[in-house]
Amino acid sequence: MIALIDYGAGNTASVANVLKDLNTDYIITQKESEICKSDKIIFPGVGEASYAIKKLNLYNLINLLRVIKKPFLGICLGMQLMCERSEEGNVNCLGVFPTYCKKFEGDDIKIPHMGWNKVEFSEGSKLFDGIPNGQHFYFAHSYYVPVNVNTSSICNHGVDFTASMQKDNYYGVQFHPEKSGEYGINIIRNFLEKC
Amino acid sequence: MVTKRIIPCLDIKEGRVVKGTNFINLRDAGSAVELAERYYNEGADELVFLDITASEEKRKTLLQLVVEVAAVIRIPFTVGGGISELNDIDKLLKAGSDKVSLNTSIVNHPELISSAAKQFGSQAIVAAVDIKKVENTHKVFVKGGKVETEKNGMLWCMECAERGAGEILLTSMDHDGTKDGYNNDFLKELCEKVNIPVIASGGAGNKKHFADTFINTNVDACLAASLFHYNELSIGELKKYLYNKNINVRI
Repeated sequence: MIALIDYGAGNTASVANVLKDLNTDYIITQKESEICKSDKIIFPGVGEASYAIKKLNLYNLINLLRVIKKPFLGICLGMQLMCERSEEGNVNCLGVFPTYCKKFEGDDIKIPHMGWNKVEFSEGSKLFDGIPNGQHFYFAHSYYVPVNVNTSSICNHGVDFTASMQKDNYYGVQFHPEKSGEYGINIIRNFLEKC
Repeated sequence: MVTKRIIPCLDIKEGRVVKGTNFINLRDAGSAVELAERYYNEGADELVFLDITASEEKRKTLLQLVVEVAAVIRIPFTVGGGISELNDIDKLLKAGSDKVSLNTSIVNHPELISSAAKQFGSQAIVAAVDIKKVENTHKVFVKGGKVETEKNGMLWCMECAERGAGEILLTSMDHDGTKDGYNNDFLKELCEKVNIPVIASGGAGNKKHFADTFINTNVDACLAASLFHYNELSIGELKKYLYNKNINVRI
């Protein structure tokens, strides 16, 4: 059973549709008890960081998500919220990854970074198992996580940034696998089967 | 580098896809869900649905359509048409759409752009701007192109960007349905004045028109409707053509 965390702003429907494609049971929830009963957790994020953290506080999920030992996949804002802090709304986040989230800058790039961009991953990345390197995935974001020690794949938009990262049981992807066609579905399948 | 996008647009009336010329003379082009699935399989980068149904039942049918479309495609899609409240946006995003496009409502209430961007993120808010040349200037039109406003097209696009829109969908009514090519002059200037992504709309008649616009302007995406609906041009063939012209597209 997969717990799909719904804090009120994320688009859970699209991820749920992929889980249906993969014949996987899931529950859409914001309850601590249900998250604790699940096998794995997916945290889809759309929206604004400080609003999302406020909601997680309201549902009393911050501490649970920081210490949980189950495989955990954060998508887009869901990945950014696993950092120590975000410039978006200047908010302290979960602090799983010892890094931060900053805004794209520069006159020579368009912000938000919106559309399909090439992702280069390093050997042994479980999420990308069976996927050829250099495929395009769909991104839609104005803030990014700089390349850091936990980065497992990179993308470029003016600067190289973290397209995915991993630490212990925590996995994050900046792109939207649920909106990235067949290869995106493979990412979610890999999380379900290999992580 | 982020690729240039090809976006089929589906004008929806009561669940069916329709397309007119210069915003009038609608003709039926098939089921919205079936077309969406076809475009996904052909390699479309995303889809846009504009609901032009004028009825009381509108909101319910649009939500149902979003649920059905989200069930069959795994690429992003935008929904627009008569959206005027944060609550409408919330429901559409939760039903499975990724972005909403706002047009008449933001002309009447520009502050809706910032409140929507604050709640849902800029990436979910597309400002759809319909322009038409009136004397020597481009004016903004609303209500599906029926009503002329006082607003200057270029200045309004810049204001939308400043207020937090994540993207501009620019339709040139003078070019829409003519199949004579996009309004490259306006698009070129627009891309110099805003630094959010711009989608070109109105006028695509053949694959050369797409190449011309990608080469001569800095737009991020080209949108077309009838060209794709009636099988005059397949998305796969178009993208291959653009790729061979050294335009960065996802094959």
